[in-house]
This record gives sequence, structure tokens and C-alpha cells, in this order.
Amino acid sequence: MSKIGEGNPRSQEKKDLLVLLERAQSRSGYLSQDTIAGLAESLGLSVSEVYGVATFYSFLSVKPQGRNVIRICKSLPCYLKDAQTIIDGVRKAIGIKPGETTADGKFSFELTNCIGACDKAPAMMVNDDVHGDLTPEKISKILQVYK
Amino acid sequence: MPEKRVVLANCGVIDPEDIASYIDRDGFKALKKALKLGAEQVVEEIKASGLRGRGGAGFPCGLKWDLARKAQGDEKYVICNADEGEVGTFKDRYILENDPFSLIEGIAIAGYAVGAGKAYIYLRAEYRFLLGLLEKAITQSKKKGFLKRLDIEVRLGAGAYVCGEESALMDSIEGKRGEVRYRPPFPPTSGLWGKPTIINNVETLMNIPRIIFKGAGWFGQMGTEKSKGTKVFSVSGDVARPGVYELVLGSSLKELVEDLAKAKKVQAVQVGGATGRIIPAGMLDAPLSFETILGAGAVTVFDKSRDMIDIVYRTMEFLAEESCGKCAPCREGTEAMAGILERFSKGEGLEKDITVLGEIADTMMLASMCGLGQAAPIPVMDSLQHFRGAYDKRIRQS
Repeated sequence: MSKIGEGNPRSQEKKDLLVLLERAQSRSGYLSQDTIAGLAESLGLSVSEVYGVATFYSFLSVKPQGRNVIRICKSLPCYLKDAQTIIDGVRKAIGIKPGETTADGKFSFELTNCIGACDKAPAMMVNDDVHGDLTPEKISKILQVYK
Repeated sequence: MPEKRVVLANCGVIDPEDIASYIDRDGFKALKKALKLGAEQVVEEIKASGLRGRGGAGFPCGLKWDLARKAQGDEKYVICNADEGEVGTFKDRYILENDPFSLIEGIAIAGYAVGAGKAYIYLRAEYRFLLGLLEKAITQSKKKGFLKRLDIEVRLGAGAYVCGEESALMDSIEGKRGEVRYRPPFPPTSGLWGKPTIINNVETLMNIPRIIFKGAGWFGQMGTEKSKGTKVFSVSGDVARPGVYELVLGSSLKELVEDLAKAKKVQAVQVGGATGRIIPAGMLDAPLSFETILGAGAVTVFDKSRDMIDIVYRTMEFLAEESCGKCAPCREGTEAMAGILERFSKGEGLEKDITVLGEIADTMMLASMCGLGQAAPIPVMDSLQHFRGAYDKRIRQS
């Protein structure tokens, strides 16, 4: 990770911040204080600058996350197709509310804005996978695949 | 006017993982023609076509390119805005899934026209599942020798609606928080890292190879006086056939939602996503064009069972959440409007709230830094105009 931008002027390194944060996130599942402080030091940025970027984007997390992240779309087209029943269904299936992580660290559960799957509403993402045309009945089968 | 597949001509026809299937359908012939025409003539052709940006703002594409071409700079950039975050929009996803090659050809022509050596495709995090397909298409194009002059890199967003706004998008590529910039300067003179930059929507760039290959004259025959060509629409909500439809500009909203998407008992249609116009059922004859209603082509249909105040409230809540917070009119205005609308949705509106909504709207439209804040009050004002009765019924009686 520290190799990126090595030998380049500082401005060249700073531009990699978001990419580096994305990479650290996919490696460790979240951005720890140590990760943020380490990045700040290696890029010559302040911790608050790095923290500011890390907390601006909804796909980056400064809190530990589960191995799999469920994101249910709460935007209007999904809302019109009863996304609430899907939210309730996931809640029942894994026993946690949006914003929480299961005790075994398997799932984090979030609500998100439009994921661009309105033609398959209601829809959700699990990690990078999009699942559409959902019904409460389909949920446990979909989640079974994720370990 | 019937459906017309110009932008979507190859979707469902070619194999998006195999460049040979694209080449078989005249793929990359436009690029070859562009190189023969010369950069200046390519820009002239795009100008003459009347092509306007498909991301919502409708800025003349050729003019943008001309400014960037003439701008002084050792390095120039092309950015393809694939941060399709507008609520109810999924046309770019459909395009990327089905025809990444036309997009790459469009970017290659753009790069040649303005003199850029580097291009970025800024892909929203939610579309990460398309990253492999896009990179494969770029690699194949490179191997075939179509990208000798231009390096194309895909950059992933990280989840931020406002990054679809061009200046916030550039900040995001620069590794920063995606906050809106003060303008001027505009990107064609000072964009990414302060260098001349053109930013075009996926659909805009999809039109480029078609125009160069078939000519500006052919393109100009389609559409209205100020809206040439076709538009790809994403239709969702209360319709039997949600999906992506491409129509000649100037076609009616009725044709799109009733004839094609099979909507029934329409109460209202929102055109243009979260900050789009709300069109009541009685006005469905309205033509879809830059002169009238369009945006990025998100069309969400609400049938008669829907509570329009609830819909407008939810939309404002979304905008308040996604406001980048840099300027006060948008940051505070979206919150304040959401608060008032929440009261109305619970039947606890106040008489004076209606006036206050209007005052907040004026301030936001006048003083916000970017399109998000300037356009955020539109659905509220439209709903007040067309569904005032619903508001009056929700004023607290005490």
C-alpha cells in the first residue's frame, strides 16, 4: 500500500487517498483509527483530512463491519414497491436492525439510497451483488449463499 | 413517435464481452473516420449536430469540447460520468451492461477531439459489479489498437449522490471529499487538477460514434428545434413494464408511461429524479425535451393510490441526506423543508408553512452553489401548485 505514489511528488500521493481508503476497506472490512493515522502519515496529510474523506462516502466505514454488508434500497421507486416488507424480512432473517452487525460478524445491515435497480424494485445489494424483484420469501435463500 | 434505438442500437445485439461482435456492427469505424477528419472538424461536427448533454443539464456538447480543445494546457482530461446516482435512473447501468464498446469509442473520439491523453470513467460504487466487464472491454480495445492515443482508467466512487455533480466528481477523483467547487472557472479551462477537462455523461458519449459515423445532418433530423436526437429513459414506479426506453426527443410523456411502460390510473409522474418536475395526470401530453421536461431521463410514475405529500417529503429527506453541506442555502434549506413536509405528512401542517416553503425555495434556487440545492425545491413547488388541496387538508385544526 505504501508503495503507491512512492517517489512521486506529494500531490501525486494525495490523489490516491480515496483509492487507498477503498483498498484498505476491502482488505479489513473497515477503516480503523490506525489505518487512518497511517495513511495520513504516509501521504503527508492531517488525520482529520483523511478522516473527513473516510466519513464522507457511504461505502467507507470507520466502524467494524460484518463480513457481508446488506444494503436495502430505501429510495422512492423501491419504497413504492414495498421495500419496507424487505427491510422487515431481512430484520427477521438475521435478527438485527439497520445500522447493526450480527454478533457472529457475518452480516452488517444498512439502508441505502437508489442503487440503480429500479426496474427490479424492490432491490438490495449484498456486498457487490444486486438482488432484485425481491419478496420477503426470497430473502433467506439469498442470504444462505453468504458465509 | 415510436421507440427508436440509436444509443441502444447494440444493446442486446452484441456480446458485451467480445469486441469482435462490436466490430462486426461497424464498431470503431467512427473513430477511424474521426482520425481522418481531424480534431477540429470532429468538434465542428458535434457542434453542428446540436447534441446536448444527457446528464440533466443539457449543455451543448460541441461547445464544451471546443472550449477544452482551444484551452491552453500540457495535459487535458476526458471524464465519463458513470456516477448514475439520480433516484430512478438506471439507463447508464443498462448501457454499460450491454454495450461498453460504444462508450469506449465515444471516449476515444472525445479524447482525440480535445487533445486529451488520459480519460477516467467514474463508476459509482453501487455498480462495482460492472467493473470487470468494463475493464475487459478496455483491454480488448487496447489490444486491437484503438486506444493508442488515450489511456482509459476506471475509478470507483464510494457512495455519494453529489459526486454525480461534475465539480464534486472531480474532487472525488482527486481523492478528496466530493464537495462542489465554486465556478468559474469551468472544467473546459480548469478542471481535474486544474487542467482543461471535459466531463460527459455515459449517454452523451454513446451518441458520439453515431454522429461521427452517420453525420450531423442525420442526427439533426431527429427531435425538436432545440433538442436533437433521442433520449434514453428509465421508467419505474407504478407501471406494469418498468425498464429502459429510447424515444426521439419531443415524444410525449403519455407515450412513454402509458403506451410503452403500461401505466394505469396515473396520478402524477416525476420526470428528472429527486429534483425533477412533478407532472399531474392531466398534463401527460407534455413533450419530453430540453425545452420542457427531461433531466437525465428518470421517470417515476405514481398512481392514484399514492399520497403525494408523503412522496415529496421522502424525496426531500433524501436530498437533505445527500446535500454535501458546503453551502448554507442547500444544507439548511433541505433540512428545513424536510421538517415542514414531515409535519404535513402527519397532518400537523401550519397555515404559515406554505409561505415559508416558498421563501426557502426562493433562497435555495437563488443562492445554492450547484444544481442539487438550486433544483431541490422544484418537486415541493410543483406539488404545491398541482396538489394544493392535499396540503390544505393536512393543516392542523386547532
